[in-house]
Amino acid sequence: MGFPHQPHPKETVVLSQYFGDPDARTYKGWVKRGGYEALRNALATAPAAVVEQVKESGLRGRGGAGFPTGLKWSFMPKAKTRPHYVCVNADESEPGTFKDREIMRWTPHALLEGAAIAAHAIQAEVVVIYIRGEFTEPWAITEKALAEADAAGVFGTIKVYLHRGAGAYICGEETALMNSIEGKRGNPRIKPPFPAVAGLFGMPTTINNVETLAAVPHILNRGAAWYRGLSLSNPQSTGTKLFSVCGHVQRPGNYEVTLGFPLKDLLYDLCGGPLPGRTLKACIPGGSSVPILTREETEACLLDYEGVVASGSMLGSGGVIVFDDSTDMVYQIMRLARFYAHESCAQCTQCREGTAWTTKILERILAGQGKTEDLDLLLDLSENMTGKTICVLSDSCAAPIVSGIKKFRGEFDAYLAGARSPVPVG
Amino acid sequence: MSVTEDTQPVFTGAVLEALQAVLGRYPTKQAALLPALWLAQRERGWISDRVMAEVAEVLGLTPAYVKGVVTFYTMYHQHPVGKHFVQVCTTSPCNICGAEGVLKALLEQTGARDAGATSPDGNWTVIEVECLGACGFATPVLVNDDFIESVTVEKVPALVRKYR
Ligand SMILES: Cc1cc2nc3c(=O)[nH]c(=O)nc-3n(C[C@H](O)[C@H](O)[C@H](O)COP(=O)(O)O)c2cc1C
Ligand code: SF4
Ligand code: FES
Repeated sequence: MGFPHQPHPKETVVLSQYFGDPDARTYKGWVKRGGYEALRNALATAPAAVVEQVKESGLRGRGGAGFPTGLKWSFMPKAKTRPHYVCVNADESEPGTFKDREIMRWTPHALLEGAAIAAHAIQAEVVVIYIRGEFTEPWAITEKALAEADAAGVFGTIKVYLHRGAGAYICGEETALMNSIEGKRGNPRIKPPFPAVAGLFGMPTTINNVETLAAVPHILNRGAAWYRGLSLSNPQSTGTKLFSVCGHVQRPGNYEVTLGFPLKDLLYDLCGGPLPGRTLKACIPGGSSVPILTREETEACLLDYEGVVASGSMLGSGGVIVFDDSTDMVYQIMRLARFYAHESCAQCTQCREGTAWTTKILERILAGQGKTEDLDLLLDLSENMTGKTICVLSDSCAAPIVSGIKKFRGEFDAYLAGARSPVPVG
Repeated sequence: MSVTEDTQPVFTGAVLEALQAVLGRYPTKQAALLPALWLAQRERGWISDRVMAEVAEVLGLTPAYVKGVVTFYTMYHQHPVGKHFVQVCTTSPCNICGAEGVLKALLEQTGARDAGATSPDGNWTVIEVECLGACGFATPVLVNDDFIESVTVEKVPALVRKYR
């Protein structure tokens, strides 16, 4: 739901505690709520000890890959011989995902505080927060919060800057984001070297998602053991997570639950279930880049890193897209393929050609001009697009196509057999 | 955002000062490229070849390099656009909630007619964009810097009137 909304009794409210409360946006209001205490304590603690606490909490990256945050921080050189950087990934462009926007709109200081703690932990002097260009309101709010915090001197010697993106989904990929800050086209870099070795300006860099960093002050304030205790199903998945739910539910919006929470309860209880007279048909649980789940898989899925994999998909960014029985899955899969075709940076042949081709074939099927071989061709192309490119955008395009054909084949066949009237695909 | 004759340098006075503040942050001048382009677009409404050459000059880059970057990003306008530049998300999550209808209504009621074209009165350019990161509030629409959530076909007339 949009905020303010009363939290549902099944939500575990940590990150979203002050969503909807404009006073928490101000420096004074944030301090009144215990803000910047975690940073003050961290600055008085050895960097390695801060890294250790985050490691112990079990916090994993909320940007999509779920990499353990403390471990990532520990990859940074311990001996400081060159400048170190923190990059904050506020590019949030994955279809279905709109949680970082809410964090920046309501609790910008949580992000700033978490980022400054990260900077101390990895001995960085500069934090660059890269915000997608379309996020005009989150930018304005975060900019104001930064000015207030800066004026209060809370960051000590750490410099925090905002950097505006200019419209390119691929800049959410970590090395593309660094290139973009450097004033280049947003092309992902070949890894290794990894950012901890050569990141922004070739210097050791740690990059984290907004939600990951916003959790850090809570962990320092309440302890790693408390955070680790927030876990409903698998001990490898700890803490709370914001799930953005969109599409065909009664109350779309952001909901915060403990990892391991049943997807079924999120959709039926918190979001009010399908629209009147409709039933759930399919769900993409982790942003558009992960495989589609059927209704049965959705209703059995537990929302943590392991649970969603066991159901046949991935937790990704926690962007949950819901499709009801009115949905033409072929059309929506075409729209997703078209998204990736539009956003491919075109460096890799498999991605550049594959995203464009699969989109064309899907359009052809929808227009009633598909051939029986087209489904095999789509699967073939998808295989070629998976695991062979510089970044995983190419794989992301293949995921909904492959899972869609496997699970909703009847809908494709109906177009191919002429049993369904063609749709315009302008 | 006004479309003016683009002959005068843009990096003077306060705009130059704003650029210099950015230049002070990073170890390379090149890192000020995206911010410089934003500053120029805010002043001129779009990025002309002349502005690209000026940005190149100020940052010690070549005009061709600057053009290569400008064309990579979708938010820099390489042509003048209408006074109200409207971006409508039509990616899948918004699509299933009626975004195509919202786009169509906006094109009709602003007089812009075709996506990407500017209305005859020069007031409106409406384009279709990919996910705006607000999928739970379908359909999000950006009018210049105003981010408007939950636009429906029924709400389009009032929205257009507000900016007219
Ligand atoms: C194509 C692509 C787009 C991505 N977009 C985003 C994004 O918008 N926001 C984000 O935080 N991570 C995004 N990621 C993941 C980042 O590369 C990176 O893993 C993340 O910022 C690391 O932060 P975390 O460990 O805190 O999750 C994207 C990855 C790929 C391959
Ligand atoms: S996979 Fe696609 S988006 Fe990623 S680097 Fe290659 S061409 Fe670019
Ligand atoms: S799909 Fe429309 S805002 Fe994300």
